[in-house]
Amino acid sequence: MAHYEPPKQGKASQLIDVIVLVILTVGALFVPLWMGMAGAAKTVAAPIENATWEALGQTPAQAAQYEALGYTPESAHDLILARFDYSFSVGALVAMVVVILLYYFLILRFSDIEYREVISEKFGQK
Amino acid sequence: MMTDTDITSPVMDGMGPHGTKVGLLRVLGPAHVWALGVGIVLVGEYMGWNFAVGKGGAYAALIACWFAGILYTCVAMIDSEVTSTVAAAGGQYTQAKHIVGPLMAFNVGLYLVFAYTMLEAANAITAGYLFFVVAQMSGHAGDLDQRPFIILVIMFLAWLNYRGVLATLTFNLVITAIAFVAILVLFVSTSGILGGGIMQHAALFEGHELPYGWIGVLAAMHFGLWYYLGIEGTTQAAEEVRSPARALPFGTLAGIMTLLIAATLTWYICSGVLPWEFLGDGVNGAVAPLFSTAQLAGSTGLVWLLGFGTLFATLASANGCINDASRAWFAMGRDKYLPGWFGAVHPKYRTPYRSIVFLVPIALIFALGAPLDQVITFSILSGLLEYTFMPLNIIMFRKKWPLNSIKRGYEHPFHPLPALTLLALCGITFFAVFLGYGTQLVAMIGFYIVVSLWFHFWRYRFVNRGTQFTMPWPKPQGY
Repeated sequence: MAHYEPPKQGKASQLIDVIVLVILTVGALFVPLWMGMAGAAKTVAAPIENATWEALGQTPAQAAQYEALGYTPESAHDLILARFDYSFSVGALVAMVVVILLYYFLILRFSDIEYREVISEKFGQK
Repeated sequence: MMTDTDITSPVMDGMGPHGTKVGLLRVLGPAHVWALGVGIVLVGEYMGWNFAVGKGGAYAALIACWFAGILYTCVAMIDSEVTSTVAAAGGQYTQAKHIVGPLMAFNVGLYLVFAYTMLEAANAITAGYLFFVVAQMSGHAGDLDQRPFIILVIMFLAWLNYRGVLATLTFNLVITAIAFVAILVLFVSTSGILGGGIMQHAALFEGHELPYGWIGVLAAMHFGLWYYLGIEGTTQAAEEVRSPARALPFGTLAGIMTLLIAATLTWYICSGVLPWEFLGDGVNGAVAPLFSTAQLAGSTGLVWLLGFGTLFATLASANGCINDASRAWFAMGRDKYLPGWFGAVHPKYRTPYRSIVFLVPIALIFALGAPLDQVITFSILSGLLEYTFMPLNIIMFRKKWPLNSIKRGYEHPFHPLPALTLLALCGITFFAVFLGYGTQLVAMIGFYIVVSLWFHFWRYRFVNRGTQFTMPWPKPQGY
C-alpha cells in the first residue's frame, strides 16, 4: 500500500473537533436526563395508614435496628415499602439486543477495514 | 523471531512506543499498580454497592458480588496477559489499537475516559457529602454548601497528578491501605472476633430472603459491578512502570484478590447490621453503608475511623481516575485520534499535563450538575461496554499472535473459557441494566454509534496509518 500522508489539521479545526466531542459527551449524559428517560424510580404500590412495624412486615429484631437508626414506623414507611417494577416488554428487550449487536457489528466491520490499512502500511502486503 | 518479541527480556521490558525509552517517566513498582487498581475501586465498598441490595435483597447482592467477582477475575486474567505485552500508556485503548483496529480503539478510549471521569465526579460528590456530615458531627448548625469542597477535591487531585505520577500514586498507596485496614478493623470489631459481636444475619433476613424472587438476583448484577469497577485501570500505568511484564500482572491479580476479600467482608458486615430496605437505598438510606454500620456499633473510634476510611477511599479513587482518564485521553491525542495538542508530555514533570487540565472542567460539569445515581450508572455502562470488548480482544489476540509468536509476561490459563464466561456475564449484566435503565442504555449506544461514524468518516483522515502500530511485534497472522 502507498504511504498515506494525513493532512495537517489547523488550530481552528482542532478546536472545532474538541467542541464537537465535548457537546456530544455532555449531551450523552444530560439529554437522557432532560428527557426523563434515565433510570427507574421505586414506588409504593399499597401505602399503609397508621403504620406499625408489624404492618410494615418487620420482625422485632428488624424494628429494633430501624429504631437504633432513628426511624419510626411513619418515617420508615416509604423506605420499607417502595419497590422497583421489573416488568418489561419482549419488544423492548429485542430492540435493545438488536441495537447492541448492530453497534458491535458496525465498529468491528469499520475497524477491520482500517486495521488492514494499518497492517499493510506497517508490514507491507502479504 | 521469538527473541525479538520477548518483551520480558531485560532489553525489551519497559520499552516505549516504537521501541524507544522516551515517553512518560518509568518510576512505578508492583505496589503502585496494586494501589492504582485497588485505590480506584475500594470506594465501591464504601458507597454504591448497596444499590444491589435494593435491587434484589441481601442474598441477591451477595450472589451479584460473587458473580461480578468472577466477571472481574476474567477481566483481570485477560487484561494481565494482553497488557504484559503492551507497554504503553492508554491500557485497553492501546490494546484495541494493536489487536482489533482504530475505530474499536477510539470507542474503547472513550469508554475509559467516560467511566473514569464519571467515577471521579461521583467520588467528588461523595467527598462533598462527607464534609457536610463531618461538619454536622462537629457541631456545625445549618446547611453547608458542598460545592466548594467538590471543586477543591477535583482541583487538588488534578494538581497532584500534574506534578508527577510517583507522588500521586504513593499518596494513593498510603490512603488506600488506611481505607482497606479500616474495613478489616470494622470486621474484627463487629463480628465477635474481638469483643461482643453485633451481627444478626438470620434475624434481619427473616421474611426478606429474596424480596423480588430470582429476577431481583439478575437485577442486582447491575450494581454488582460497582464492587470492582475500575480494577482494569492498572493497565493505564503500563508506560510508567519499571517492569510492565512483571509488575502489571502481579499488581492486577493481587488487586482483584484484595477486592474479592474486601467486597465479601463489606457485604457480611453491613447486611448483618442494617435492615435490607435501609441498606439498599443509597440515596435516602445508607449513603455510606460501612459508616452507617460503624454508627450502630456504639464506638466513637469506629465512627471516626470509618469516616476517614470513606473520605480516603473517595480521594484515592478520584485520584486514580484522574490518572487513568488523562492517560487514555493523552494516548488518543498522541495518535491524532483526538487533536494532537493533547498528546504533549510536560517538559519537567513528564506527565500528560494538557489532558489532565482539560478533563478538570468536564469532571466538574458532571459533579456539580448531575445526580449521583445517574453519574454512577453512566460510569457502569461505559465499563460494561468495555468488558464486552475484552473477550473479543483476547480471542483475536490469541488468533493473530499465538502463544509461540510473542512471549507474554503472563499467560492466562483455560483460554477461551474466561473469555466466554466474561461474554456470558456481560450479557446477563446488559439484561440487568435493561431492567432499570434500558432507555438510557440504548440512548448511550446511540451516542457511541454517532461518534463512531464521526470518527470513521471525518476524524480518521488526520491519523497516520502504519505508525499507529507501535509495538515491536511481528506481523499478525492472517494479514
